[in-house]
Amino acid sequence: MNLDAKIPSGPLDKKWEKCLLEMKLVNPANKRKFEVIVVGTGLAGASAAATMAELGYGVKSFCFQDSPRRAHSIAAQGGINAAKNYQNDGDSIHRLFYDTIKGGDYRAREANVYRLAQTSVKIIDQCVAQGVPFAREYGGLLANRSFGGAQVSRTFYARGQTGQQLLIGAYQALERQIGLGNIRMFPRTEMLDLVLVNGHAKGIVVRDLVTGEISSHSADAVILATGGYGNVFYLSTNAVGCNVTAIWRAYKRGAFMANPCYTQIHPTCIPVSGDHQSKLTLMSESLRNDGRVWVPKVKGDKRSAHQIPENERDYFLERKYPSYGNLAPRDISSRAAKEACDDGRGVGPGGLGVYLDFADAIKRLGADKIRERYDNLFVMYETITGENAFEVPMRIYPAVHYTMGGLWVDYHLMSNIPGLFVLGEANFSDHGANRLGASALMQGLADGYFVAPYTVGNYFATNSVPRPSTNHAEFKKIEAEIHHRTQNLLSINGKRTPTSFHRELGKLMWENCGMARTDESLRINLKKIPELREEFWRDVTVTGANNSLNQALEQAGRVADFLEFGELTSRDALERKESCGGHFRTEFQTAEGEALRDDENFAHVAAWEFQGEGKTPLLHKEPLVFEELKMSQRSYK
Amino acid sequence: MNLTLKIWRQKDRNTTGEFVTCQARNILPDMSFLEMLDVVNEDLTRSGHEPFAFDSDCREGICGTCSLVINGIPHGGQKGATACQLHMRHFRDGQTITVEPWRAKSFPVLRDLVVDRSAFDHIIASGGFVSVNTGGAPDGNALPVGKVDADQAMDAAACIGCGACVAACKNASAMLFVAAKVAHLGLLPQGQSERYQRVVKMVNMMDQEGFGACTATGSCEAVCPKEISLDFIAQLNRDYLVGCLKP
Ligand SMILES: Cc1cc2nc3c(=O)[nH]c(=O)nc-3n(C[C@H](O)[C@H](O)[C@H](O)COP(=O)(O)OP(=O)(O)OC[C@H]3O[C@@H](n4cnc5c(N)ncnc54)[C@H](O)[C@@H]3O)c2cc1C
Ligand code: FES
Repeated sequence: MNLDAKIPSGPLDKKWEKCLLEMKLVNPANKRKFEVIVVGTGLAGASAAATMAELGYGVKSFCFQDSPRRAHSIAAQGGINAAKNYQNDGDSIHRLFYDTIKGGDYRAREANVYRLAQTSVKIIDQCVAQGVPFAREYGGLLANRSFGGAQVSRTFYARGQTGQQLLIGAYQALERQIGLGNIRMFPRTEMLDLVLVNGHAKGIVVRDLVTGEISSHSADAVILATGGYGNVFYLSTNAVGCNVTAIWRAYKRGAFMANPCYTQIHPTCIPVSGDHQSKLTLMSESLRNDGRVWVPKVKGDKRSAHQIPENERDYFLERKYPSYGNLAPRDISSRAAKEACDDGRGVGPGGLGVYLDFADAIKRLGADKIRERYDNLFVMYETITGENAFEVPMRIYPAVHYTMGGLWVDYHLMSNIPGLFVLGEANFSDHGANRLGASALMQGLADGYFVAPYTVGNYFATNSVPRPSTNHAEFKKIEAEIHHRTQNLLSINGKRTPTSFHRELGKLMWENCGMARTDESLRINLKKIPELREEFWRDVTVTGANNSLNQALEQAGRVADFLEFGELTSRDALERKESCGGHFRTEFQTAEGEALRDDENFAHVAAWEFQGEGKTPLLHKEPLVFEELKMSQRSYK
Repeated sequence: MNLTLKIWRQKDRNTTGEFVTCQARNILPDMSFLEMLDVVNEDLTRSGHEPFAFDSDCREGICGTCSLVINGIPHGGQKGATACQLHMRHFRDGQTITVEPWRAKSFPVLRDLVVDRSAFDHIIASGGFVSVNTGGAPDGNALPVGKVDADQAMDAAACIGCGACVAACKNASAMLFVAAKVAHLGLLPQGQSERYQRVVKMVNMMDQEGFGACTATGSCEAVCPKEISLDFIAQLNRDYLVGCLKP
């Protein structure tokens, strides 16, 4: 199988233009004859659905929340990058491209990333036109802040609610098209499978989460914009509903899963407080602009932060990475925090925390300025911990945050299954082995507003498989499979709750496939996860019925998929015998303890193909070719 | 701590519900209210009973999904916080707590504590947007927006669409929700050309969806987790008047 990324030839900065020119267009009069299914209403899905409807295509949009506005994108706090160079500090498309490739530790495709940087500029314009209330300077111009992994100030923000404001912009565009009758919206509806006809993606089977009804929808193409799978770790900064089901089911129908082991651990989260914890809360990393990260110099120092004098504090990021300091990229900062805690210098309960201290910034800028910048973050911190970060330093610890892996897509954002497009966090495309802050929002909107509407149109114009009826045998077969699986879950009547399995899986993932992974730890997962899965299907208890709103059933289905996915993730991590970005294999590190890449053997995308239940999946490799940039050891010193 | 919950059980939209009593045991002060319900639900599931259905997603006060009336107050009365951000340290050992869903004609209960808020989406679809298609937008800095206007628009845009305002209002009015959207877009230059049509369309849809009239009691503002100001309603009324007078 040859994984053809369909990257246009020619100079890097002309590739997208060339691609646009070469793509076939659909005659405007014919557009309404084509229908597209968009699963997901986050930034990627809502923007794609709205834009495709504006272009005249018929759109059906799905989400599992009660309203499209509640997709997990809403929770993004810090901001969105764009190479506008409004601050006149030397930013450019090329620099954003470079930062993203470097930040991703040379494991992303140059062509995709360059297009992302080019498109970033238009995103801001579009969002401003929609009425997104970005932060402004007194003169009325757009304000920027800087973010981890960059030395320029290119991040646009709306207080601490950038994700919400961008999503509301996309949601309003979506609702406008719903009002105009161009989009049919299906909230509280969960996609449970993908349907292929003649090898092309032509529909989905869904469950109505209120009535339990299973039904089929057919279309000319299917877009999955279903977000990330960080909850395979159980505890993460993701919303509790985030799951892998949509892309996992697509994988089991033949779509390749790329780089699942690339998971981002975010350095600035509120530490775990106990076993009851249902999620972890992120403190936006923009806080690292003004907060200084430190731990005591000596092990087991039990004094309170105030009692520890300046010369007995180790500002370890500033010490280890003088030029980036507290703004070192996420993977590096997270690992540095873990090392400090492993070294016995962690603070707070269990020693699993480091300080993020604003005392200097408050002295320099005044409390009001800090309050204005970080508004709800300080409040949120106090709500959760009961501590006031104006008086005592915050305590933070790394937590699973973002998943760079996802379904494999080509330059058109189409998977290896023709007609199946994958956007946003659900695909693997632009962030390599590590994503820079404020780049996920950018990618989601680039995919949805400015890439997929063209490339899906090109697929319509060139493909030959017509939209099937939902009476097609394939739909009926898959509906029957889903009924069977649901009945199965409801009839096991075992002793353990779905949550207890999820938690146990999460522990295995965090301990053996988390911030630092070894051959040994990953092999433990390959043994224990199948055992846990077997126990799940023997001993889980799912109460209630199929024909009603049943959250236990929803959850059980998602956990069942995570129990399969966790194994693939561990296998991918085992297979990648190097360290890069968010994937740190203890065996592969430099003398200074930094990630040690093996470009000779691992400068490729690992794309996994499902081979059937119980069989080892097949690994395909898409080589990564660097024409513009030279692969080099990342250095943030 | 141990608590007694009087909590709403309802099979579906068409069945009448009732309060049932159950115990929440071994609750820690650091738990959020929803994590306390998780504990209750895990206990119920383990003993073969159906857990209580309730909505949540982000669990950090931004998605607007959680929707519980706790001791008679939407989101439980912690200033500027949603139910998912309410922590058990605000309750006492041995306390009895009532938990029920949003109550409003326009928000029918789907099961237990879960309600249908699609009426809010319909209001947005009727006009809560700026009519710009993707592409063709001018440079983001082409139209400066004064910081004061931008900040005020942001204050209004902070609404998370949870519906607590409706649940708190004795008339089940959606005025604060609509006013926040009208103000957010109306305060920005980008929202000007549709400003007056927008407000009329949205208010009409609000009526059509069966929300009650606003009698300015201010109970909505008091429970709003984003502390959206009642002043926006006055602004809406002015715009609405202008909108109605325009041909
Ligand atoms: C706390 C937090 C803060 C963040 N801050 C930033 C930031 O400051 N800057 C930045 O760039 N990035 C940030 N990120 C990352 C960024 O928010 C996400 O990567 C991005 O929003 C993902 O968007 P999406 O459209 O791909 O998916 P999502 O927004 O997750 O949307 C997924 C959609 O798919 C639907 N869905 C999923 N599965 C199914 C199914 N089976 N059936 C039907 N529907 C389904 C859901 O209902 C939802 O509508 C942050 C992430 C977190 C967790
Ligand atoms: S669950 Fe998102 S606001 Fe409460």
